[in-house]
Amino acid sequence: MFTFTFPQLLQQLANGVTVGCLYALVAIGYTMVYGILRLINFAHCDIFMMSMYFCYYAITVFSLPWPIALVLVVVATAVLGVIIEKSAYKPLREAPRISLLISAIGVSYLLENLATVVFTGVPRSFPAVGDMQEILTFGEVRVMKLAIYAPIIMLVLLFSLLFLINKTKTGMAMRASSKDFETARLMGINVNKTISMTFLIGSALAAVGAVIWGQRYPQIQPFVGVMPGLKCFIAAVIGGIGNIKGAVVGGMLLGVMEILIVWRFSALSGYKDAFAFIILIVILLFKPTGLFGETFVDKV
Amino acid sequence: MKKSLSLPRILTIACLVLLAVMVQLISMGALPFIDNYMIRVLNLCAVYAILGLSMNLVNGFTGMFSLGQAGFMAVGAYVTALFAMTPEVKERVFYLEPIEEWLGAIHMPFIVALLLGGLAAAVLSFFIGFPVLRLKGDYLAIATLGFAEIIRIIFLNLQTITNGAMGVKNIPPTADIRWCFAVLTLMVVFMLRLINSSYGRAFKAIRDDEIAAEAMGINLFKHKMMSFILSSFIAGIGGGLMASVVSAITPNLFRFTLAYDILLIVVLGGQGSITGTVVSAFVITAAKEWLRWLDAGFSLGPITVPEIAGLRMVIFSVLLMVIILFYRQGFFGSREFSWEGLFNIFRPKKKGDKKEAA
Repeated sequence: MFTFTFPQLLQQLANGVTVGCLYALVAIGYTMVYGILRLINFAHCDIFMMSMYFCYYAITVFSLPWPIALVLVVVATAVLGVIIEKSAYKPLREAPRISLLISAIGVSYLLENLATVVFTGVPRSFPAVGDMQEILTFGEVRVMKLAIYAPIIMLVLLFSLLFLINKTKTGMAMRASSKDFETARLMGINVNKTISMTFLIGSALAAVGAVIWGQRYPQIQPFVGVMPGLKCFIAAVIGGIGNIKGAVVGGMLLGVMEILIVWRFSALSGYKDAFAFIILIVILLFKPTGLFGETFVDKV
Repeated sequence: MKKSLSLPRILTIACLVLLAVMVQLISMGALPFIDNYMIRVLNLCAVYAILGLSMNLVNGFTGMFSLGQAGFMAVGAYVTALFAMTPEVKERVFYLEPIEEWLGAIHMPFIVALLLGGLAAAVLSFFIGFPVLRLKGDYLAIATLGFAEIIRIIFLNLQTITNGAMGVKNIPPTADIRWCFAVLTLMVVFMLRLINSSYGRAFKAIRDDEIAAEAMGINLFKHKMMSFILSSFIAGIGGGLMASVVSAITPNLFRFTLAYDILLIVVLGGQGSITGTVVSAFVITAAKEWLRWLDAGFSLGPITVPEIAGLRMVIFSVLLMVIILFYRQGFFGSREFSWEGLFNIFRPKKKGDKKEAA
């Protein structure tokens, strides 16, 4: 029989919530891009990876103080996201979706290979940012300060984003563009600018996610983004892709369930990465468009 | 179908005979300008062409967006490898933990192992297809990708059956160039017959409009399942051949990124074109190898580029992006090669003389 104490459960939940927040932050980027372009942005995980390298260079190599470094990293990543959008996705606006998808795969290849050439494949250790890695002890529960910061950062960013989307003109333009480009254009919305904005925000959030991720898993190599990227995409799909709150719920759900399953069935920890997919498939079987996804009705 | 010996038929047969003679000569080492390295690349080209066909059947002809090919390949590769290896070799390869007894004792001819590999992939796809084929579009893609990853992770953990992360080495190199091209030819013929059969037409109807297809009395689920299973069978065969060609496989060889590679082949060749898939499989696989000179350092006029490992793949990705951005129909679109089409290029053009291939 599996017995556990309450502090143990708290410990695992704290870990789960931390990982969940990371998933949520990156998942938002996937879901925003999907919402507006109907594109699985395979390059998002490599934007995440590049962002980790930016942070490494800013803090370890150029030894900037971390607040400045953090701002620079977020800006650089956002710019990278916009550049990718302008060069690889914008020319394909009228093309079939599969071309867009292949373009995303191409960008992903390019970034990974470029990183291998420029940064070499040697794994680097991610620098500590602020006091995030310090350990806090509450009775038997020991967590990194990260476990407290991560949810706060995530919630602040989430509510700012929701405010932006629901209450501002830019947000209105995003919502309109995600429904219909043509109509949005007729309403005087600059669709291209709106899409760039989406990439900017999504990439900036990925940068924040990357920095926090680096605190928990402090190793960088050119393919570091692949697994987190895939899982964050799964989180977005679980929540119903295109829905920002859904992405957050999906991310948290995935993070917590993954940690709890590994804890409960520790013999199966080799299968850790498979759980995400199993959860995904189970949820898709009952809700084919995710938990909060809009259901599509085929019109004849 | 006309069965008479028309000119295109004769030409096709002549080409096949020529191909067979060439392959036979190459395998005998009678062509001095083709070394072992080139043979290996040609083998890989053929294998990728088979895998491309498998993906094209589902994605290009049936319009289902599946990214699960890597998983089915893994199944095919492992089944083929483990059944075709001799018990002694298996014992040596599984030195960390011994192989399951029943599996260790099995030894069968390569062709049986290969077929069983394909069948295993097909059976698995049947069970996966039941729940997954109800999904649509990107959700189907991500679910199939998920299953492929699950398969890979299971293989990574089944130490006594798959040798875990160390993978299986010393797979008998039975699949030489004759094997690869023979199987490829078989697959191409099979695909051509399939696509032009009533089933193939049903697949294409589903691709073009599911609801219309259903209204015409096509059983959606049955046909989708059939396309999925056949595609997995071909992927399994491709995986089995690949195992024999590369002689060592690990679960991480079958990451989902492998499905991207195949998707690239299909899209660059043109979705829904068998000719396109075969041509682009050869072009892409050969280009990847040919670009190796970039890694070794070279001089471009006054500029000397030092040795940079990985530069090849950077250039390759850039080329890829360029093709996608400026040439998005792929090499062939959804057209096929046909002798009539070839003749028409040389014939003065008449108005309205747009012959789409058979």
